[in-house]
Amino acid sequence: MRYLPLSPTDRSAMLGVIGAATIDDLFVDVPHAARRDQPVDLPFHQGELEVERALSAMAGRNRTAGQGPFFCGAGAYRHHVPATVDHIIQRSEFLTSYTPYQPEIAQGTLQYLFEFQTQVAALTGMDVANASMYDGSTATAEAVMMAARVTRRGKAVLSGGLHPHYARTVETLAKVAGVEVQRLDGAIDGEAAVLDAIDAGTACVVVQTPNLFGTVTDVTAIAAAAQAKGALLIVVVTEIVSLGLLKSPGEMGADIVVAEGQSIGNALNFGGPYVGLFAAREKYVRQMPGRLCGETVDADGRRGFVLTLSTREQHIRRDKATSNICTNSGLCALAFTIHMSLLGEVGLRKLAAINHAKARDLRDGLMTVPGVEILTERFFNEIAIRVPTDAAALVETLAGQGILAGVPVSRLSPKGGMDDVLLLCATETTTSSDIAALVAAFKGAF
Amino acid sequence: MFFTKDHEWIKVDGDVATVGITAYAAEQLGDVVFVEVPDLGKVLAVGDSLAVVESVKAASDVYTPVSGEVIEANGDLAASPETVNADPEGAGWFAKVKIADPSQLEGLMDRAAYDAFLASL
Repeated sequence: MRYLPLSPTDRSAMLGVIGAATIDDLFVDVPHAARRDQPVDLPFHQGELEVERALSAMAGRNRTAGQGPFFCGAGAYRHHVPATVDHIIQRSEFLTSYTPYQPEIAQGTLQYLFEFQTQVAALTGMDVANASMYDGSTATAEAVMMAARVTRRGKAVLSGGLHPHYARTVETLAKVAGVEVQRLDGAIDGEAAVLDAIDAGTACVVVQTPNLFGTVTDVTAIAAAAQAKGALLIVVVTEIVSLGLLKSPGEMGADIVVAEGQSIGNALNFGGPYVGLFAAREKYVRQMPGRLCGETVDADGRRGFVLTLSTREQHIRRDKATSNICTNSGLCALAFTIHMSLLGEVGLRKLAAINHAKARDLRDGLMTVPGVEILTERFFNEIAIRVPTDAAALVETLAGQGILAGVPVSRLSPKGGMDDVLLLCATETTTSSDIAALVAAFKGAF
Repeated sequence: MFFTKDHEWIKVDGDVATVGITAYAAEQLGDVVFVEVPDLGKVLAVGDSLAVVESVKAASDVYTPVSGEVIEANGDLAASPETVNADPEGAGWFAKVKIADPSQLEGLMDRAAYDAFLASL
């Protein structure tokens, strides 16, 4: 496809129409400190072959997750996505579709969104799920806003096990919405500590399971205690495959469940695009953000799909809408739905069991390394360990040997005081030789 | 019974005003699916949002024609929002407000004036 740039003649003509002398006149409001005084350092033009060679050389300096032993998790997980998923989503009917604005014309799109919502509700054990949010972190922030609306209270308590990036996202949105956020200090196994911070002004407590450190928590008692004080329990799940093995947050009494859906159907994608899952109890449905797809019948009695409860959304309710979101993460949600359909309930349970088994093998291997302390007692596929050195430096050393040994907590939480704590995860893609290589490298490192 | 240009009606009994939306408004909205009535004790100034009425296609604020404290809200509307369409100027009332300033009633239209207003739309 040709790129057709503007010529100087085109530019002068346009400037003439709007009455500006130069293009710089349009940027007078940008502070000088934020402006470039030099053009970007790129060759004026190059042929396709030369560009290909230059960019391939640059890309070759990266190490991709699949190239060697890989133990990074902490909110983004390397799983196997079957080729079928990509094949189906690449069909032009699916690939070019987006969030529908004249929705009833796009019955196919609405049907898969309805399937998606059904899967999310079943996984989380909740009554109703929306057609997705951008990602787990913004879904968490939306849940906090929703809890403030439902309870008409203005404070949120975030557990010490909540992913720091999720906490920061909540803080960003809460500041604008006037919700006061209290973040508890990082804790390996302390989700219940949120209960001590509840007062008459608390709208919600936010806990994560499995949490940042991999710890799995039964939140049933937390749900009851929070609700007794009039606060909602929001449960965050960053590794959605865990719900193939663990009790669902809905069964444990959650009011709202938010999750990152990336693990199913979606690659690591450098951190995005991802797909936020959002589910709640039916009594709160009118306060939910996002698109809601509903099943109904047409004038002839045939089944059809619509976007429903649209009066929550900003194109109708404007400044009083439940959220400013007017979209969803369509393609990623579709990939999730396809992969989940291929797995089915049986396949998902098997996948989850394999993940947990690999994590146990990882834990067992690490236990043989002198100086390593396993910090996580109850885990699904991720664990936190203490190493006798700076964890970030250790990761760099092992990266030089071709092993991506995990995520140092200091990278996510620079002020956390956990410079010697490393997060590692194992999935169905982890092999025993990967674990052996990691263990050998650790033994050689300290 | 008095009426506003925003198609609210107000029935006055002593110092208590009952507020709802007119038949015209109910018809324009279409099938009402949800009504958000105010909390008891809420103190409103004239023109504040008293309630929100939702149909399938729109969500509209209902403004209070008078300042005062909300002393009663129509709890039946939660289970039967369709009452607003069936009997908008009777059983479909939204809330009762204790009138703080009776002089605010003076600017409102009576039935004849409201009908003339509707004819002009």
